[in-house]
Formats: sequence, C-alpha cells, structure tokens
Amino acid sequence: MKTPLIEFQKVSKRFNSHRVLDQVDLTIYEGEITTIIGKSGSGKSVLLKHIIGLLTPDEGAILFRGQPVQKMSKSERDRTFSQISYMFQSNALFDSMTVFENIALPLRETTHLSQKAIEERVMARMEQMELADVARNYPSELSGGMQKRVALSRALVIDPKMVLFDEPTTGQDVIRRNAILSMIAQYQRKFGFTAVLISHDVPDVFFISNRILALSDGKVVFQGTPRQFEDFEHPLIDEFIQSLEDFQEHLTGIQSKRQFRLRNQMGLRRKGPQDSYVVALFTLQDFDQLCEHLGHTRGQEVLNAMGAYLNKHFGAVGGFSARQSKNQFTTFLPFSTLSEAERILKTFALDLQKEGLRTIQAEAHISQEMCFPFAILAGFAESKAEGEEIDLVFKQAEMMQNEIARVYCEVRR
Amino acid sequence: MDKQKFFTSPVTSLGSAAVRWVNELGAMLLFLVRAVLMIFHAKQFPAVVQQVYFIGAKSAVIVVFVGLFTGMVLGLQLFHTLVKFGSAGVLGTAVALSLVRELGPVLTAIMITARAGSSMAAEIGIQRISEQIDALDTMRIDPLRYLVSPRIAASIISFPLLTAFFDLIGILGGFITGVMLMGLNAGTYFYHVRTGVEMEDITGGFVKAVVFAVLVSMICCFQGYYTHLRRDSYGAKAVGLSTTSAVVLSCVLILVADYVVTSLLL
Repeated sequence: MKTPLIEFQKVSKRFNSHRVLDQVDLTIYEGEITTIIGKSGSGKSVLLKHIIGLLTPDEGAILFRGQPVQKMSKSERDRTFSQISYMFQSNALFDSMTVFENIALPLRETTHLSQKAIEERVMARMEQMELADVARNYPSELSGGMQKRVALSRALVIDPKMVLFDEPTTGQDVIRRNAILSMIAQYQRKFGFTAVLISHDVPDVFFISNRILALSDGKVVFQGTPRQFEDFEHPLIDEFIQSLEDFQEHLTGIQSKRQFRLRNQMGLRRKGPQDSYVVALFTLQDFDQLCEHLGHTRGQEVLNAMGAYLNKHFGAVGGFSARQSKNQFTTFLPFSTLSEAERILKTFALDLQKEGLRTIQAEAHISQEMCFPFAILAGFAESKAEGEEIDLVFKQAEMMQNEIARVYCEVRR
Repeated sequence: MDKQKFFTSPVTSLGSAAVRWVNELGAMLLFLVRAVLMIFHAKQFPAVVQQVYFIGAKSAVIVVFVGLFTGMVLGLQLFHTLVKFGSAGVLGTAVALSLVRELGPVLTAIMITARAGSSMAAEIGIQRISEQIDALDTMRIDPLRYLVSPRIAASIISFPLLTAFFDLIGILGGFITGVMLMGLNAGTYFYHVRTGVEMEDITGGFVKAVVFAVLVSMICCFQGYYTHLRRDSYGAKAVGLSTTSAVVLSCVLILVADYVVTSLLL
C-alpha cells in the first residue's frame, strides 16, 4: 500500500467558538490531482492552510510522508513546507513587478542561488509555460489566462512536490474555466507535482481529478474517485448532483454524465429485457497536443463545438450524448439495432469528414493558418436492456474504436 | 435594567476603548520590535537602498522647497521682531536655532509623512487586500522582513539626512530675506549662525529626526499591514481610511513626541 504524501488524522480546528474542522481524516497521494469540494464556509480554505502550514491544528496530527509535522524540528518543518506551493484564486501577483520579477521572487528571497542561476531557472520555466515574450510586461498588461500561467510559474519555479490551488477557476466563463483546468492537468503531468484543488466546477473538475474529497460542516464526508462520488449518497452530494441534473453540461451543451446515466436507465426500463440498444463512443485524438499547440481555450472550444455537433446529429434519430471523459463523448442510441447504428455512424462519419470538422474548427476560431491535424475516433457496442453494466458497454465500444475523420492541414507552420 | 445600562454603558465603552487602545499599542510595539530585529537580515541591503531612494532621495525636492520658504519666512518675521529690540544682528542665531532644534526635524518629518508615509500605508494596504501579503507567507517570505523592515531602516537613514538638508536650506532662506532683501550684513548673519548653534543643538535635532523616523514608518506600515482588520470599512475604502489614519496619527504623534524629546533634552 502506498504511503500518502499528506495525511490528516482526526484534525480539528476552531476559531473562537466556531469549529471549522471537526475530526478530519484524509489522505492525499503523491502524483495525483485531488479536488476538494464543499459549500462555502465548509472549511476548505482552512484545510488548505493547514496543508501549507499557515495554520496548525488544535487537535489531531498532520503527517507528511508518514512523519508527523508537529514533531518535526523547525528546520525540518521549513524544509517540508518549502516543497509546497500555493496558487491563489486572485493569482496574488505583485502588480508593481514585471512577470520576470514575480516569478523570480521566491528564488531571490528564499534561496542562495546566484543572480545568473536565478535568471536561467526563471527563463527556462517561462519558456516551458510560453511566457518568455511577456517577461518585461506587468501583470495588468496580460490576459486573465496569462496571469494564471504567471501565478502557476511562480508556484512551480521552486520545483515543489505539491501545488495547492484555491478555487483557480472562480469567476471565469465556461470555456476559460475548462481551459484553466486543462492547463493544470497538462502541467501536472509535465512537471509531476501533486495537485490539490478547491473547486466548485462539478462535473468539469471530475475530468482531470484522480480523487475527490467532499467537506461538509467541517467533516470529510467523502473520499474516493469521481466515479464513486457520483454514486455516493449524502445530502451534500445530492446538492451538487441536483444542480447537474437541472442543467446540461455547461461546456459542451450536452447532457451531464449523471443525467446521461439516469436517462439511459429510464430508457432501458421501458424496454423489454431482451431489447437491445447501442452505445457509441467518440474520442478526440491528440487532444493534449491540440491544447498545447492551439492553447487551452481553443481546445475547450473544439470540445464545445464537437458536443454541439454530436447532439445535433444524433438528436434527430432519438439519441442523446454526454461527455464521458476529458476528450470522450458517449452517445446512447435507444431505438437502434447494431446494423442500424452502423449505418447511422457511417453517414455521420461522412458528414463529419465532409462538413463537420470544418464547422467544428470554425466554431473554435481555428483558421487555416493555425490548423492542427487531429482525428476523431468512434466505436460502438450493443447490449441488451438487462445485459451488462453500462461501463462495460463503454469499454467494449472503446475497444472497437477506429478513426472516422481527420483534419488535414494544407498549410504547414 | 435600562437605567442601570444608561449609567454603565459609557463606562463600558470607555473601558473597552481603553483595552482596545492598549492592545493596539502592544501590537504596534511588537510589530516594531520584530521588524527592527529583521533589519539585519542578509538579504535586506538592496531593499533598504531602494527605500532610501524612495523615502529619502525622492523627498529631497519637497524638503528643499519647504525648507527654503520656511527659512525665508523665519528671516522676514524675526528680522522685523528683532529690529524692534535693536538686535537684528542676531538674526542668524535665531533662524539657525529655530530650524536646527525644532522646525527642521518637525517639518521634515511632516513632509515625509505626507509624501512617503501615506504611500507606505497605501502600498502595503493594497498588498494586504489583494492577497499579496498572504502570497508572501505561502512562499515562506516573512512579510514583515520583506515589506516593513526595509522601510523602517530607510526612514532611520533618510530622516536625519533630510533634516540636515532642510536646516541648511532654511538657513540659506533666512539669508535671502535677512541679508539680500532686508540689508543685514552677510558676515554678521553667518557669524551668528556659527557661534549661536552648538553641537548639542544639532545632536538634539538628529535625535528627534530618528525618533520621528521610527514613529512615522512604524505607524504608516502598521496601518497598511493591518488594513484588513479595520472594523469601519473593507477593501479599497479601508485602504483609504488606513492611509488617512496613518498620516493624521503620524502628524499628531510627531508633535507629541517633539514635546517629550525636547523636555528630555533640555
């Protein structure tokens, strides 16, 4: 069993008479993205401040790689906490410093590196984060997304083992919100840090998270995978999920995964046990490279346009679609047999190649000059109404996936 | 019950105000001690130099103007007064002593409060409300060490220097009105400046300047640093009020401290 990077054992914290954290037990594993969700005032930020050492618990213990932080010497504690970075909701950049100075600040003030070494390290990080061109600019001269990247660069310049993100997407529109989440996931993979996020963006945040922690009234009421969270019964979870059922999935304009499951179950209930249905799975291949090449905002716009296109096409034949994962969509065809579905998909593939990809690119504001070659894969599987679990059907469909359309770039950059 | 409250509530409010005031005084003292101790941190030198430039060098122009006109007014007023007693010759001593002992340190401190003190409070206050100070905490950079200590150190360096500058320019101002406009002999003026002012007077002026430097920088930084704890307002308005409080409190305390230091020195 792997040792958690951070472990809370019966941690309690109160401010005056108000108990903010109440006997909290939680684990955060190395190299994963853990998302903390909960209502306002449920103690999420207080919990993050305990992780970074800005607050100490009144009761209980916090363990870092199995070592109780309270029992560490001051130098050990400083060493431990210096491996953790914090990214503020507002970015908290120093507005009177340039981008370069902002990123260099933690190195200048907390290390004994030479000026040259600091310069090299900051420039290297800025190049990795595509910020080299704005090194001399002030934060107020940058877009919101770029400011986020500067804040992330500052957090990453000390090579932390862990980065804490306090509501990184608050106040952003749906495309930007998903672009920021996608950026966090990309850099987390690239630099290998452990990420802990506070976010209200359910279900968007599920697509990048390995684990979900739900806080309610200072207690951890759930710890597990996003998939387990959807099936968990708790008033707080109901509150989150209810909002999903009321609305369509914000980014793609199609149904949420849970709504999809419910509708799927209702559809199957109306069928006889031996009646069949078909599930199709679509994957936008090379999505990460697409984001890297065209930017995370455009990447999200491609997903948005693709969701709308699927909905338009399959809605006409009684199907409904949902976003399955970061770059996958599922479509449920309740009234089709396998052969009918095959025919429908063939027509869809032709339309997609002929017209659809151009529409998707236009919707995502991708001009011919900035063209990036990407492909769409599709696979489908048939099951009986009382057949196997829907997740197994998705797996079968995934195994059957083939390329059905591809963007070819005439103009090479 | 209401009657009882009517009599007790003023006492209660007075008591709680006194407790709050003592608390704040204690907090300010601790704030000062911690910040002063961190002046000697290895990485402070560039930040102190930068602040000396901002608080000291950039205040020089305003100090020249105020010093010049203060000296000129003093020269004019004292000349007319001294002529009545037939002792216009001691104008140099009168101008120099007034400036070196009192007006130099006090007016310089008030001018720097208006120019640099207000900016210290506002800058730190904005950094507080925009979470920049919290960001320093998360980066393991002590905000007191990074933001406050250099300002206190720079004030301690700049105030006496600017006071000396003010005194010098003021004496020249007295010369302009007393000698150049009123026709007093130049040699007499400078002779009385040289013989009338003793080393103790200069030292006393510098002691005052250092006391004012510590007071002004501490009050202005403290007001900005704890902007978020104000009870009367939040956000940008709180920064505005903190800046006002910083300037008003600094000016009042400069005059109070001036009396205390003068009575101790004499």
